[in-house]
Amino acid sequence: MLLSLVLITVYFRESASGGLHGVQSTGATVLRPFEVGADRIAAPFRDTYGWFAGLIHAKSENARLRAQLDTLRAEAIQNANAAQQVDELRRQLKYVGLPRFPQDYNYVPTDVMSRSPSEFQQQVGIAAGSSSGIRVNDPVVTADGLVGKVSKVAGHSAQVTLLTDANLDVSAIDVHSQATGLVSHGEGPSTLTLDRVQKSQVLREGDTVVTQGWKVGPLSSLYPYGIPIGTVSGATNSEVDLYWNAQVAPFVHFDSLHSVLVLVPKRRNQP
Amino acid sequence: MSFNVLEPVKVALLVFVAAILQVTIFSQIDILGGYPDVVLLTLVAIALLRGSIYGAGAGFFAGLIVDTANLATLGVTSLLLTIAGYWIGRYGETTGRDRGHAPFVSVAVATILVQFGALILHYLLGDAVSAKAVLLDALPPKVALNLLLTLPVYALTRWFLGLARPVEAATEVRLLG
Repeated sequence: MLLSLVLITVYFRESASGGLHGVQSTGATVLRPFEVGADRIAAPFRDTYGWFAGLIHAKSENARLRAQLDTLRAEAIQNANAAQQVDELRRQLKYVGLPRFPQDYNYVPTDVMSRSPSEFQQQVGIAAGSSSGIRVNDPVVTADGLVGKVSKVAGHSAQVTLLTDANLDVSAIDVHSQATGLVSHGEGPSTLTLDRVQKSQVLREGDTVVTQGWKVGPLSSLYPYGIPIGTVSGATNSEVDLYWNAQVAPFVHFDSLHSVLVLVPKRRNQP
Repeated sequence: MSFNVLEPVKVALLVFVAAILQVTIFSQIDILGGYPDVVLLTLVAIALLRGSIYGAGAGFFAGLIVDTANLATLGVTSLLLTIAGYWIGRYGETTGRDRGHAPFVSVAVATILVQFGALILHYLLGDAVSAKAVLLDALPPKVALNLLLTLPVYALTRWFLGLARPVEAATEVRLLG
């Protein structure tokens, strides 16, 4: 018990480059092959379960997705034209902007190796670390959208704090109304809230929320503009509230993360 | 009582496997907002079968592996599991070991107390924790899932450790006076 208390105290007080952190990093590297082995053994069973679970909802989901596809196809054509025009205008203006997603980032695809076994911290362990160029605070995404950010890095593994963690807030923007706010964890598991949105701004149910990617002087957001986060699933305001009270349904399924992409800025590798 | 050198090795191996399975497989199983804690189940079984010293030692070792694998604050899980292992070990040594309901009672109580303890510890460490999420949303399904898995994990642990040494009957506590 005393040893545990000593460990907590030393670990808590020392910096991330401290001795105990180094020992932990080495320990995590040693444990990694065992985790990989267990993950490979479990994969067929997990896939089988996922296949049957997916079948249950497949029919209703299929009809909904077909309708959604028709709408999105038209939007995609418009967006592609608009993006082409924006790129052309940027080139003509020699526009100097923030790093853009996804053009200005390299991806490090990696497996999710472990999930923090507690309700206290929403974190997962990934099978890539500083040896792959990953640093603390690098954004982590999937094809669906923003997952979170790298919070600790070891040689061959890293810890990712999920967007559903109570300690993580992300500045976000409603792409339709341009309303800005902070996305943070919600009341229930795998739910998010959009806070600090002025009541003078407009929020509508179904609006898409993406990362804001701001820059003020030398400070800039950890996340580039445009990483999808989710859709506004409900928004209310009352006379006594200063801000909108909005819920966001995330695009990412935080309960079933098996692989993620870590965004490493291309500029980091440049001299 | 003779000391079997193989026994601590077996306990360590059991705890190691349970911790690896927990961080890679079981913590990703989400059923009604909760997941089974096989590390705690294995620890309860070890502590009941082998006593408080083994319980405390196994708890510390299990916590260390879990915190290392997750790059979490070292010592937090160790502290909780050391106390849980010791307490359940004492219960086993005094009255509980040879009673049929002992594993179930121990698992239910340990799950609840460890969850409460973790909530307090994380709060003291300055983590933003939600008591509602921890105690109302996650705890009931966790207790239910742990109770469901108690028997197989206990039987497996008993079989694995039983190869080294038969389980001793508990020394009954008698009230004097």
